[in-house]
Amino acid sequence: MREVRLMKGNEAAAEAAIRAGCDAYFGYPITPQSEIIEYLSDQGRKRGMIVMQVESEVAAINMIYGAAGAGARTMSSSSSPGVSLMQEGLSYIAAAELPCLLININRGGPGLGTIQPSQGDYFQSVKGGGHGDYHLIVFAPASVQEMADYVYLGFDLADKYRNPVLLLADGALGQMMEKVIFPEYDPKQHKIPKPWATTGKPAARPPNVVTSLHLQSEEMEKINFRLQKKYRKIEKNEVRYELISTDDAEYLLIAYGLTARICQRVVEIARQQGLKVGLMRPISLYPFPYEILNKLADQVLGILDVEMNAGQMVEDVRLGVNGKIPVNFYGRMGGIIPTPEEILQTLQKMMKTVDVKEKV
Amino acid sequence: MTENLIDVDESMPTNMVEEYLRMDRMPHIWCPGCGIGTTVNCFANALDQSKLDLQKVAIVSGIGCTGRVAGYVNLDSFHTTHGRAIPFATGLKLANPELKVVVYSGDGDLTAIGGNHFIHAARRNVDMTVILINNFIYGMTGGQVAPTTPVYATASTTPHGNFENPFNLPYLAASCGAVYVARWTAYHVRHVTKAIKEALLKKGFSFVEILAPCPTLYSRRNKLGDGLDQMIYYKENSEVKNDVDTKTVGLDFQGKIIVGKFVDKDQQTYLDIMNDYYSVKFGDKYTPYKG
Ligand SMILES: Cc1ncc(C[n+]2csc(CCOP(=O)(O)OP(=O)(O)O)c2C)c(N)n1
Ligand code: SF4
Ligand SMILES: [Mg+2]
Repeated sequence: MREVRLMKGNEAAAEAAIRAGCDAYFGYPITPQSEIIEYLSDQGRKRGMIVMQVESEVAAINMIYGAAGAGARTMSSSSSPGVSLMQEGLSYIAAAELPCLLININRGGPGLGTIQPSQGDYFQSVKGGGHGDYHLIVFAPASVQEMADYVYLGFDLADKYRNPVLLLADGALGQMMEKVIFPEYDPKQHKIPKPWATTGKPAARPPNVVTSLHLQSEEMEKINFRLQKKYRKIEKNEVRYELISTDDAEYLLIAYGLTARICQRVVEIARQQGLKVGLMRPISLYPFPYEILNKLADQVLGILDVEMNAGQMVEDVRLGVNGKIPVNFYGRMGGIIPTPEEILQTLQKMMKTVDVKEKV
Repeated sequence: MTENLIDVDESMPTNMVEEYLRMDRMPHIWCPGCGIGTTVNCFANALDQSKLDLQKVAIVSGIGCTGRVAGYVNLDSFHTTHGRAIPFATGLKLANPELKVVVYSGDGDLTAIGGNHFIHAARRNVDMTVILINNFIYGMTGGQVAPTTPVYATASTTPHGNFENPFNLPYLAASCGAVYVARWTAYHVRHVTKAIKEALLKKGFSFVEILAPCPTLYSRRNKLGDGLDQMIYYKENSEVKNDVDTKTVGLDFQGKIIVGKFVDKDQQTYLDIMNDYYSVKFGDKYTPYKG
């Protein structure tokens, strides 16, 4: 049933998980995402889910590995230090091609760091994190509404591609309250058959084996080729982004998640001052929207990439732009959220240097 | 004459315990009525009584409200990863066997995420003292259930009560090989001090469990009152049973608390066993490890 609620981002994700027919949640408390397990401990348990607070994130990811192998819709959530502990399990799950959903409410690191919001886990999320050649499908919500929306889509795409899906948000998105609309969604219509699941072997079919071990190199390479083929398909089908005021833009801001919300404000202020600034917001971080970026690079004079880290996504931005125009970076770290004013100042400084280059 | 009553030397500590604390870091972060501070007081007294050379004592904590202890004690100290205080301490001890290594951390840290390390350090009899503050809850992260939360108790992740069986920690430690095992509560300050002192002076894996109130997230949520009310509960429901079989000391929600010294035995430590083992194996060709 469609419903409108006022909720924290963490709670919206948890409520969406229940509505998406999540069968089992395994997690471990960590700030700033504990509301997810707390909400599910009450609502999820009452509404027919297995919700377990387990002994560690290592246990959680491996319980997911098991539940996913058995064909369940399963998920976990954590924040940076906890997600680091899950990397081994994610590599195995990706290798065994099992579907699951993970939410990382990114906080400032490295190490124990701070509980304040950060985007320092971009590399870990999109470039692997665990060992071997694998990818997670990574979405970066930028509102409480999207915290819910990408849970449904995450489960659906995980099942479709038999691949782990990661929602990468940050402490502010997890904690802030906004209106959220829960759409009509019948899990029965979305849960596709999983003939590969280890449900108990009927006499007529060969055993279903969940494994990531292939000692024969030729065999292992074949499996890698198959995985890579799947990733190419994902890269073709699942790129998602949002363009704001880019039609006539001369300068482009690029940011995801919370930083994109701030940059949206920068665009507003800049436009009031007559500056032709646009914003491109990658929603899928893997697959990354390289193509549109490359096109935009033909149109604008310069790009400012803004992140709450030391410059991580900017490497993908530069790959997309492929040297056509200058790509600048502005970042804050350690839980500090940049203000629209400081971004605008950086942008204006950049415009001067870019203009000069143009005239030369 | 008023004599020189007010002519006190400013550099003199006003409380013997201050010498053992980093007063520059006060006030601490603990809530009013929290039992952790009481145990730190006992720890400072135990250090004092133990006459250990403080230059040879290191304190290691994991993460949690209890994990903050390492930051407040005037010793070389380590605030490590959540759950990994014991492996960290093992590395520290083996790299520098001269050090007396103390692990001071919470029930969740040491027995949930760190449970595996706990049992293996006890099994190997690595020479360290583990002081575990059991407040039946994850304090730092907002009151989630712990492996020590009694059945029926509520927590933020068991809003309708806990149904999982909790650990009996003295039993766990003893059965894995700990050479010293005691349990007291924050009410029993003299016993706690004595137990920590004995543990510090013991060679091998020594374990002291101290029950301590967490009014903010455990007792109030469970309608058990404040820190003082928990102290009264400890006082009225504790029964001292030294040397009792640890199998029998499990805890129930607001039930009887068996306290005492349960294990105190002598056994070779990890390094002693290793050196002996290889001395027999290789004779003169073996260079014993001294750190
Ligand atoms: C890998 C990882 N997971 C989770 C956390 C969050 N965390 C910090 S302390 C803690 C539990 C603390 O409980 P306990 O050890 O009982 O200490 P208390 O606060 O009760 O003294 C948790 C889950 C973390 N810091 N790192
Ligand atoms: S939350 Fe509980 S354990 Fe932590 S400082 Fe407060 S009373 Fe102590
Ligand atoms: Mg605790």
